[in-house]
Amino acid sequence: MSVSITVGAYGVAFGAAAVANGFTVIQACLLSLLTFSGASQFAVIGVIGAGGSAISAIATASLLGVRNALYGVIMAPRLHVKGLKRVVAAQVTIDESTGVALGQEPRGIDAMRKGFWYTGIGVFVFWNLFTLAGALGAQAMGDVRAFGLDSAVPAAFLGLVWPRLTGNFERALAVGCAIFAIAMTPVLPAGLPIIATAFIAIAVGLKR
Amino acid sequence: MTSQTMTTLWIATLGTSLVAFLLKYSGHSVPERWLSHPRIQSINALIPIALLSSLVAVQSFSEKSQLMIDQRLIGLSAAIIALIFKAPFPIVVLSAALSSAAVYNWL
Repeated sequence: MSVSITVGAYGVAFGAAAVANGFTVIQACLLSLLTFSGASQFAVIGVIGAGGSAISAIATASLLGVRNALYGVIMAPRLHVKGLKRVVAAQVTIDESTGVALGQEPRGIDAMRKGFWYTGIGVFVFWNLFTLAGALGAQAMGDVRAFGLDSAVPAAFLGLVWPRLTGNFERALAVGCAIFAIAMTPVLPAGLPIIATAFIAIAVGLKR
Repeated sequence: MTSQTMTTLWIATLGTSLVAFLLKYSGHSVPERWLSHPRIQSINALIPIALLSSLVAVQSFSEKSQLMIDQRLIGLSAAIIALIFKAPFPIVVLSAALSSAAVYNWL
């Protein structure tokens, strides 16, 4: 239940933010149906909203989507599915479904599979319904700044990154990347300052 | 807010969706040892921190490649305070939106 409410809130925030950044209601819904990965979706609208090119937006979103591939590596041997079922399993391989499945690991493989499918499909349904609601709501608003939507988007990003800032190293990286992106914004084409910070993360990760 | 062409929006929408699915599907299809290297795992944990933090900053303090401080600073501050008090996500976003809207409408 609490997962559903949280997912619903993210979905509304995404739908509204997508429209606030110039996307149509249909595009917002297609992103939720087809991309179905919260951070990647927020990244696309964030980069586009900041004036970035389509390529910058796709690159930033895809870098964030790499973790879903790593989740797939963990889940594939445990789900053991083929054909169309594997396509569906891949589409619902996200933070929540993988997290719940791994949480069920002590209770056996059947509990894991159940956790994965119920969470993945449940989140998919909620996420898409609430995206539509948020997008329609924002469309009805007119000036989104009067409703604070221009602040809801960075707040949503902050809410996504906050739980990952588990130590001083992570916090220093976050602050460093934020300052770098701000400093480069007037200099580099829109979108590039954000992508560039991924390379800071790679360089730091290799040296660590 | 910005005047992006419809073509740009469609390419971004469909391109992101395509790559997102290919990434998910590849994880289910490649041999486990390709992606389970510890270095890849640790870099993978750092990339979201870098990208999301820079998105917070750029979305809060810029408009069309120009730096600017406006009501979003108040919204961001409200979100940080909410997070420090361990508020759930909906409260974080709502407090940012409400405080920012208040400044925009009444100051």
